[in-house]
Amino acid sequence: MLFASMEIDDQGGWFDTLHSDEPEKWQDALLWLKNSVIGNNKQKQNAINHGIIPRLLQWLVDGDAPQHLRLEAAIIMGSMAKGTAENINTLVEEGCVSVLLKGLKSPDQAFVESCLRCLRTIFLHNSNCGSLIYQEPSIVEDLVEIMPRSVCTQECVANILASSCKEPEHQSKLCECGLIPKLVDLLAGKVYKVQMPVLKCLAGIVRENGENCVVALTAMHNNVPLPDMLVQLMLRDRTSEMQIVAAKVLAYLCGGGALAPQDPRIISKTLPCLIRMCSRDRTLEENVEGAETLAYLLEQDGELQRVAAVSDHIIKTLAEYLKYTDVQQINRCGKRIDINWGIEMKQAAFKAFAALGANEESIRKQVIETEHLMEYVVVGLNSGNMKVAAAAIRCLHSLSRSVQLLRTTIQDHGVWKPLMKIIQEGPEELLPVASSTLCNLLLEFSPSKECILDCGAISVLVNLAARPEPNLRLNGIWGLMNLTFQVEQKVKTKVVESIGTERLFRLLSDPDANIVMKTLGLLRNLLSNKLHIDHIMGMYGNQIMQAVVFILEGEHPIQVKEQTLCILANVADGDKAKDLIMGNEDMLKKLMNYMQYQPDVSLQIAAVACISNLIWSGEDGACARQAKLSEMGVQTLLQKLLSTTDTVLFEKVRTAVQQFS
Amino acid sequence: MVCQKMAASNESGANESGNSTNSDPDERLKKLYPAVNEEETPIPRAWSAKDKFNYLVLTQNNLRVQYKGAGKTHKDAASVRATHPIPVSCGIYYFEVKIVSKGRDGYMGIGLAAQGVNQNRLPGWDKQSYGYHGDDGNSFCSSGQGEPYGPTFSTGDVVGCCVNLVENTCFYTKNGVNLGIAFTDLPHGLYPTVGLQTPGEVVEANFGQAPFVFDIEDYIREWRMKTRLTIERFPVIDRKGEWQSALQRIVSSYLVHHGYCATAEAFAKSTGQNIDEDIASIKNRQRISKLVLAGRMGEAIEATQQLYPGLLERDSNLLFLLKCRQFIEMVNGSDSEVRGSALRSPRSQHGGSNRSSPSRSPLHHSHRPTQALQHGPHSGNTSPSRTKTHTKSSLASLQPYPSLSSSISSSCSSPTVNSSLLHGNGVTHSNKTNNQSECSNTKTFSEENLNVANMANSSANGVVLNGSDARLIEDIEMMDGVLPESRDHVTNGTSNGSETNGQCLNGSSVMDCRDDDMDVDPPISRRQLCGGSQLAIEKMLQFGRELQSMSIRLKKEHGNNEANRKQLQDAFSLLAYTDPWSSPVGAQLDPVQREPVCAALNSAILESQNLPSQPPLELVISQTAQCMKLMSKAGIATSAFADPSDYLH
Repeated sequence: MLFASMEIDDQGGWFDTLHSDEPEKWQDALLWLKNSVIGNNKQKQNAINHGIIPRLLQWLVDGDAPQHLRLEAAIIMGSMAKGTAENINTLVEEGCVSVLLKGLKSPDQAFVESCLRCLRTIFLHNSNCGSLIYQEPSIVEDLVEIMPRSVCTQECVANILASSCKEPEHQSKLCECGLIPKLVDLLAGKVYKVQMPVLKCLAGIVRENGENCVVALTAMHNNVPLPDMLVQLMLRDRTSEMQIVAAKVLAYLCGGGALAPQDPRIISKTLPCLIRMCSRDRTLEENVEGAETLAYLLEQDGELQRVAAVSDHIIKTLAEYLKYTDVQQINRCGKRIDINWGIEMKQAAFKAFAALGANEESIRKQVIETEHLMEYVVVGLNSGNMKVAAAAIRCLHSLSRSVQLLRTTIQDHGVWKPLMKIIQEGPEELLPVASSTLCNLLLEFSPSKECILDCGAISVLVNLAARPEPNLRLNGIWGLMNLTFQVEQKVKTKVVESIGTERLFRLLSDPDANIVMKTLGLLRNLLSNKLHIDHIMGMYGNQIMQAVVFILEGEHPIQVKEQTLCILANVADGDKAKDLIMGNEDMLKKLMNYMQYQPDVSLQIAAVACISNLIWSGEDGACARQAKLSEMGVQTLLQKLLSTTDTVLFEKVRTAVQQFS
Repeated sequence: MVCQKMAASNESGANESGNSTNSDPDERLKKLYPAVNEEETPIPRAWSAKDKFNYLVLTQNNLRVQYKGAGKTHKDAASVRATHPIPVSCGIYYFEVKIVSKGRDGYMGIGLAAQGVNQNRLPGWDKQSYGYHGDDGNSFCSSGQGEPYGPTFSTGDVVGCCVNLVENTCFYTKNGVNLGIAFTDLPHGLYPTVGLQTPGEVVEANFGQAPFVFDIEDYIREWRMKTRLTIERFPVIDRKGEWQSALQRIVSSYLVHHGYCATAEAFAKSTGQNIDEDIASIKNRQRISKLVLAGRMGEAIEATQQLYPGLLERDSNLLFLLKCRQFIEMVNGSDSEVRGSALRSPRSQHGGSNRSSPSRSPLHHSHRPTQALQHGPHSGNTSPSRTKTHTKSSLASLQPYPSLSSSISSSCSSPTVNSSLLHGNGVTHSNKTNNQSECSNTKTFSEENLNVANMANSSANGVVLNGSDARLIEDIEMMDGVLPESRDHVTNGTSNGSETNGQCLNGSSVMDCRDDDMDVDPPISRRQLCGGSQLAIEKMLQFGRELQSMSIRLKKEHGNNEANRKQLQDAFSLLAYTDPWSSPVGAQLDPVQREPVCAALNSAILESQNLPSQPPLELVISQTAQCMKLMSKAGIATSAFADPSDYLH
């Protein structure tokens, strides 16, 4: 007791000295402070309470202050940064980062290293600091220049930059400073604690950045290219941590297009490494990171998916992930953090399943055979957790590409319910993938279709089609297209009523060609059988014809024009609707032009099909239409086309010619 | 199709590494399974021509298997086993089978089976039999009922089977892709096996003689690492500090045994250990050891007789061993007898090595040059200038030695030239000459210093002494430059020399120093018999005669002794060559060969004092090595991944 109180009395004195005007006593006081805060969070807090941070910053800022005092101040600052998360936040709030960054310009190596150590600790814990190094353009350049000087600067700068590489602009800036070759040189050094942050930094700088990937691909040390060096770091006697980060960099290089998925360094080194990381004998953290990176890598390529699916029972291993429920503390960068492993493992598994089943039906089948997978997906969809829900939707989206699964498992589990709920009420971020999944569930062979329609799918999709985001508009119109395929008339009418002709036609002039295509597809589905054609054309004939002209006259890709001609052919199939074309001489001339459109036979085929529908014998008024078209020279044109070498076109032409009696 | 593509790319990778290492099949197996003693447990290299069902035909050195049966029902299945079971000491065993043709139906099974399992069946169907089948991709674990396991395999595929004898598990690979664990709880003593069932099926095995498609080395690497970690992290309960003090005792006794007197004292003091032997005795042994390691056998024998009277008289075989070595050292030009005769030559100024001063580390550097010089073959003769002279004179006049005639004198006619040239070699050297006189009383000091420097090194301290000399390094540099050149050229190579420098200053491992020796060895070809002095040669011949008569005497008294006879024969053989150093028996002249002599003498002295003849550390090492052998015999596969020598530097 006595001792404690003395200690406190004593302390007050030291703190006063530090704030006092007695420079000759500062050195001793700083020394005392340094020794008292080392490894003692209570003392750190105490020092902060005594307002020591601003005092230390004064010394650091003041270039005229005696260098030994500045050095002590920097060292103490580094010690403070090793304290609690709160302590670090205090340091950041007091503006410590920019002061320390300025300190890097000092010629005093020991001082620079102390500043760097402190910065490294702060950056590792406070992810918001990353952007601070970009405030002044020279900071990054200085950091890159300082980096190679000593093991300490290598380790610290690599850590700082690894935590500061979040945005594409950051990536470009770092790359411009010539960081990549310097990192590669450091990677070739054998110092583990340098290699690790260097790998993380490399991962950050090449992630989803094609240009930087190319730079990294060509970087070498002693004529050994970076990817080969990375393969060495993935050898199985390296630490798991090292293997996984090296694999990550390679996966990013593959994702960025710099390495082909079939490159042996990817398919026979990176892939097995990631699969190893998913196995039970690794830590949960590695399991999650491994599965996530695996998902990323597999998305690139169907062949990788096939190899992965047979590798080391990966599907069974991932299925085990779904069973985790533990919440555990882990030690990350010296701080205890609660991690809900149930959530982390599940979302990682869902992502990996999604990637595995992205292309191949047989793999999807294997995935779905995973015990209770669909239940887990539904629970995931219903869980409030964004991460899990997002991953579950991705998984569902991938599985919903399977016709068979749509008809069976997906239907059995009523997956559409939570899905619709997420689309209607869920967070915005989930909308793209959720609506994309919905599109698949609305395919005509999907038994869920009816239920989803009853649940208000039309208005959901119509709203999406009105969104400013192109991907959402696309999904909206795509869904509408899917659901109108061979559907009863009242649904069609409801769709047209909901979306309104005006918006429909506005979508036809959408800058996104995909959206135009799907809108035309929707029109085509709407105009699908005679009865429906006449009904709809009776209501919207003029607008539709206008839109058709509009597109045929506009600058559009061949596919769009072909689709438009197909709509016209559908229109020509209607009994009354025919007149809309026949009465429009301009349109007929256009059709004749397309019949002769040599560059692309698909347009010729579509135009002939349309003509064929118009002159179909046995329908009311067929003779009159034949006569009119003959008069315009259509028959002669058809005769000429009989010499075509294209068999499809020939068949169509022959059918049309036969109509003339 | 797709998988084949992968296999192709993998193979090319494997081939590269194959080329870079060695394509010798046995070499490759040795590398894969270093712990296997093939005399006891041979590694399978082919299918057994005897242990197979008669529907199968073997070709291509018994590696290719072809089905020639009726192939109508499963009753026509046929299997073959490899010639030997998988040795447990493989730790991890792997073989691959290429499907040359899937034949009619591709009912092929690849796997493992015990001796005696019915061969009229596919692998996996019976007890103690395990297989992976190509037609359905199922695994069969001693049962007719398969379990879904992996993809199917067919023509062009390469299927591998890996047995982990530590975990007793097995996994398969297809075209280099690990398919995951297929079987657990496997018994030991299984044979690789394949079974075929329909006409036209042909498969071919690779038991490791050719590169594998799958990267098995990487898998083994992981298990090596795991075993290392298990050893390093093995928990030792040491509440009372017994473990630590046991370790300290081992270190201390080792230091004492080898006579690292000052180090032993310092170590004992700081760890609170007792030294069982008194310091004076250690120093005596140390002095003798040093003489032996320096090649000064005559002095060593004399010192032993003085300090341990009766020892050599009692052990005449040891004396004979020492004398044989002395003869070799005379040829070498290292023994004091022959050096004495060339007293005017600078190389005789070995006395300088005894110079000492109170300050330690810098000094032991400065006195080592002479140490090095005393080791004639090692370095003393390697000065470039002398090399030149040597080359010329020896080429011109050295004759084969059987009759030691006057030709020798002409070849050795220029000792003065040599000495003057050597003088030119360095200031340090002449310094030592000046200090020669103060040798005797300060000698122990310098020895201690040396020991301090070398405490990190184990048995071969003599070598390290040589290697760590700064002067020597200069010489090595120059000599290294000479080696690749023609004899008359003297150039200074630098890189090797500087490396040597770094290693020696760091007191690096014995192994490294041995390597250095190897590097330096070739120049030996330019050495001169007995250091080039005719007087010395005469002495040497006289000594040889005495040795001969001693040998006869010993034979009379104790009967025939093969070891002694061989020693003498080998030693005398040196004289049969113009250039003993590069002769087939020249290895005897290597200073490294002084070590066993030194160890034998040291042990004998210790025994005579009723102290253990072997330090506990060496006992522990041999016990561990023995234990590893037992483990491997007892079927403990981890022994494959631990080697005591990995822990000895």
